[in-house]
Amino acid sequence: MTTEQQRTSIVWDYAPAPEATDHVRLADRYGIFIDGAFRDPAESRYEPTLNPATEQPIAEIAWAGAADVTAAIDSARAAQPKWAALPDRDRAKYLFRIARLIQERARELAVVETLDGGKPLRESRDVDIPLAAAHFFHYAGWADKLRYGVNAREVAPLGVVGQIVPWNFPLLMAAWKLAPALACGNTAILKPAETTPLTALLLAEICQEAELPEGVVSVLPGGGDTGATLVRAPGIDKIAFTGSTAVGRDIQAALAGRPTSLTLELGGKSANIVFEDAALDQAVEGIVNGIFFNQGHVCCAGSRLLIQESVLDEVIAKLWRRMGRLRVGDPLDKNTDVGAINSAEQLQRIETLVAAGEGEGAHRRTIACDLPEHGYWFAPTLFTDVSPAHRIAVEEIFGPVVSVLSFRTQAEAIEKANNSRYGLAAGIWTDKGAKAFEVANALRAGVVWQNTYNHFDPTAAFGGYKESGFGREGGPAGLRPYLKVVR
Amino acid sequence: MSASRISVRKTYKLWIGGAFVRSESGRHDHATRPGTNGDAGQVNIPRASRKDVRDAVAAARKAFGPWSARTAYNRGQILYRAAEALESRRDQLAAVADAAQVDAAVDVLVHYAGWTDKFQAVLGGINPVAAPFLSFSLPEPTGVVGVVAPDAPELLGLVAEIAPALAAGNTVVAILSEAQPLAGLDLAEVLGVSDIPGGVVNLLSGRRTELATALGAHRDLNAIVDAGGDAELGAELDRLAAETIKRARHGDAVASYEMAVADALERIDAVTELKTAWHPVGA
Amino acid sequence: MSRRLGHVDRVGVEERVAQLGTRSIKTTAKQQGIRLAVSMVDLTTLEGADTPGKVRNLCAKGVCPAPNIPEIPSVAAICVYPSLVATARAALQGSGVKTASVATGFPAGQVSLEAKLRDTEDAVAAGADEIDMVISREAFLAGDDARVQQEIARIKDACGEAHLKVILETAELGSYDHIRHASMLAMEAGADFIKTSTGKASSGATPGVCLVMLEAIRDYGDRTGRVVGFKAAGGVSTSKEALKRLVLVKETLGDEWLTPDRIRIGASSLLNDLLLQYAKTETGRYGRPEDFSKE
Repeated sequence: MTTEQQRTSIVWDYAPAPEATDHVRLADRYGIFIDGAFRDPAESRYEPTLNPATEQPIAEIAWAGAADVTAAIDSARAAQPKWAALPDRDRAKYLFRIARLIQERARELAVVETLDGGKPLRESRDVDIPLAAAHFFHYAGWADKLRYGVNAREVAPLGVVGQIVPWNFPLLMAAWKLAPALACGNTAILKPAETTPLTALLLAEICQEAELPEGVVSVLPGGGDTGATLVRAPGIDKIAFTGSTAVGRDIQAALAGRPTSLTLELGGKSANIVFEDAALDQAVEGIVNGIFFNQGHVCCAGSRLLIQESVLDEVIAKLWRRMGRLRVGDPLDKNTDVGAINSAEQLQRIETLVAAGEGEGAHRRTIACDLPEHGYWFAPTLFTDVSPAHRIAVEEIFGPVVSVLSFRTQAEAIEKANNSRYGLAAGIWTDKGAKAFEVANALRAGVVWQNTYNHFDPTAAFGGYKESGFGREGGPAGLRPYLKVVR
Repeated sequence: MSASRISVRKTYKLWIGGAFVRSESGRHDHATRPGTNGDAGQVNIPRASRKDVRDAVAAARKAFGPWSARTAYNRGQILYRAAEALESRRDQLAAVADAAQVDAAVDVLVHYAGWTDKFQAVLGGINPVAAPFLSFSLPEPTGVVGVVAPDAPELLGLVAEIAPALAAGNTVVAILSEAQPLAGLDLAEVLGVSDIPGGVVNLLSGRRTELATALGAHRDLNAIVDAGGDAELGAELDRLAAETIKRARHGDAVASYEMAVADALERIDAVTELKTAWHPVGA
Repeated sequence: MSRRLGHVDRVGVEERVAQLGTRSIKTTAKQQGIRLAVSMVDLTTLEGADTPGKVRNLCAKGVCPAPNIPEIPSVAAICVYPSLVATARAALQGSGVKTASVATGFPAGQVSLEAKLRDTEDAVAAGADEIDMVISREAFLAGDDARVQQEIARIKDACGEAHLKVILETAELGSYDHIRHASMLAMEAGADFIKTSTGKASSGATPGVCLVMLEAIRDYGDRTGRVVGFKAAGGVSTSKEALKRLVLVKETLGDEWLTPDRIRIGASSLLNDLLLQYAKTETGRYGRPEDFSKE
């Protein structure tokens, strides 16, 4: 690695601005959530969940085992017919209640999300939690309008769905999964990620506050084994999974030959394409947002930056200077831009791939910043002189690391962008609308952002092509995976 | 309830531009408040005039820009909050209408709150034109919608005509039932405490024919939704609408929740305009 | 003649400023920021009703905004109409506070170039240290970039030793593309500072406008090596808004730009809000208008 960021003297420093945490009420210990109540797991196994910024434990979390999975499925199966038979508008009202409760408890949820996962408070407060509420609100409104959403005279739910969500947007991913499933009349078993179970458990509390009928939602915290058990369990009508392509592949293989319905939202190595006629300063913001938002722990992160050669040096210079302004540190500080890496394992993966990048001959620059002594941290990093064959251009790093490649023509940009096993998202930066649409048409990616990046909305379908998965979440398209058309 | 306590009686007001006002004409009419307590019996209500209608349309027009510029999600949340406001005043409204009506009206608001960010996908879409263009059609609110409310059910029938127009992003001027105006006047108080911005809904009590024709003749009204049940008035509204090619819809009074939502898409469609845009695709 | 406008994405700009608007400025940072902001204020009065008495009071306020809080610095300058420059200069003698004057038929600038030059010369002769001119929007909107620049160059000559701030009147220009373009025109023509607005139009130094102009200043500086300053005027009336502009400067240009030599804020009522907020950081109490003298 070369080049430290130029450090000029500070004239005006932001003082520490820690978010207050004294209003947050967390229990010391959380059990599994089945039949509308928390209980001990059958084998009484508990593990601590850590704050990745400090490595300190926050609470003890139950680890669901095989017996618990079976109990949850039985509970969900028993509750499902009554739930589906409720008048549609009643199901809607429960979901509206949950949406409003998330809004009422918003700040508490944001703080807990940050403590448990390491993302900056500003992001959990301004993005994760509001979008989670919005998803519930949006799908609440579909519950009594299903026949318009899927163009049918009569639809029916699938039954009991198992939903496994990742650690990068814990509450938001839980909302993306539960809201459409419940709106369609299914009952759901949610398996939150091993390192980030807390907001899912608070969501279970919210279900209690909303008086959601027992058994409609179960929450089974635990590890990969818990998820694997859930996937293979008889009595599950559908599995929805968001996570790595490797695990997605395992799940798809495990369900081979079985009637279980499946949707997958997996990894990506998305191309962020900057043309010479882009609004360059805004493009740089989009690049930064695309790869450093949530420390790059984003499946659709714009991790391959394709810059048109005629503006290559200019964009890199602007980007590097902009990166120097990123504030890395305490996620609870309201001014932090880049928080902690979610776990020791993930930090290890990032470091390995970054070392590989250096070994491959790419030129690495990492911003100079003071990182805290404890916790898992990785400073935002830029690789230039990257070849398309380099590991850092091919493999998903899932960290605050961007690899820059260049292109000469539009056709070359499209070819390079599509030359990936993944196809989740892409960004296009140009001031010419006709070009933006033509390139968008040609890209094999499920989400194409034009002159923006990492924008999400409950109404806009999201999902991948190729090994980034199949199935869509958001909008009326997000209903289809949870329904069958009767007539 | 203490027989010796003297009650403070409500003064009924029109609701125009977010303010509770008396008629500019100063005229009044009588209505009968049902019940057996001290508040029951004959009450005075404002008898709105053509000038009040004029002011209401002006307020609705002024409010339309900002209201339609909000996100669909925001409008949905506001309508949901109106439902919350009505639910928490259930007893007050039940006293002038009936509890079943109030419950249904709340649910109608909830139903339409859920349409604000969905009708676009259902009514609009991408047009696969046979030329290198991206073409899409997008429903937009028509503007200021006039509503003639039915006599019965006086609360549910009113809400069922207002809610779809609001969900589509329009602003509304409604002429309340002449025979049964009190539920509508109380509804104004409920909506007044919700987050509905001033001027988005305007409610006027008075003589139906006088007010409806003044409204229907107003050149700055974009659409008229008539559930008044008076065929002669309906025909006159159609004639007036022809002067500026207003959109006009006539319907029966909504008697139940099911009736209010069964043709939701049609109700929304009646007060939206479909805009089709084309953009070339090609560098 | 057709011009090539730069590309600025409005949605992107507004998202960036919204995000920067969430920066939390507390305790010592807030105090320091407020003191910085005071030192950058061009304390302004531009009313038909201005008189020597009014201007003398304003000067006293600008030199010593809060007698009971000694660490509050003087403002950067007092800004008045040309006819009151001599009064201001006399009142500011020895204080270090500059005398700034608007000129060139402020605010509309709809007078002949000769009149604009005469206006400038009068102000300079009366002792103005700084001249705030308005660009010809009439020429700009007609696409006549050359005339816009020629006027600026002529006024710059007439300024002599005085610094020239060029007011773009951003509310009248159309879009962020136009604002960036006008910024470049002004800097290329010799502006020492570029300024957002006259304060007399419908909007002024909104965060988006400020960001676009700061980025233009940065890019121009990268290209030519010349430092051109920035003045925000119009709409910055509370401490919160002032601190937001400082954040934009810090995060776009860097800390070394946080000095009145490079950044100014045109204001009248802002000053007392800065004092009120400063006092609150010391006492913990929310203040009231009477806590400080209006002038």
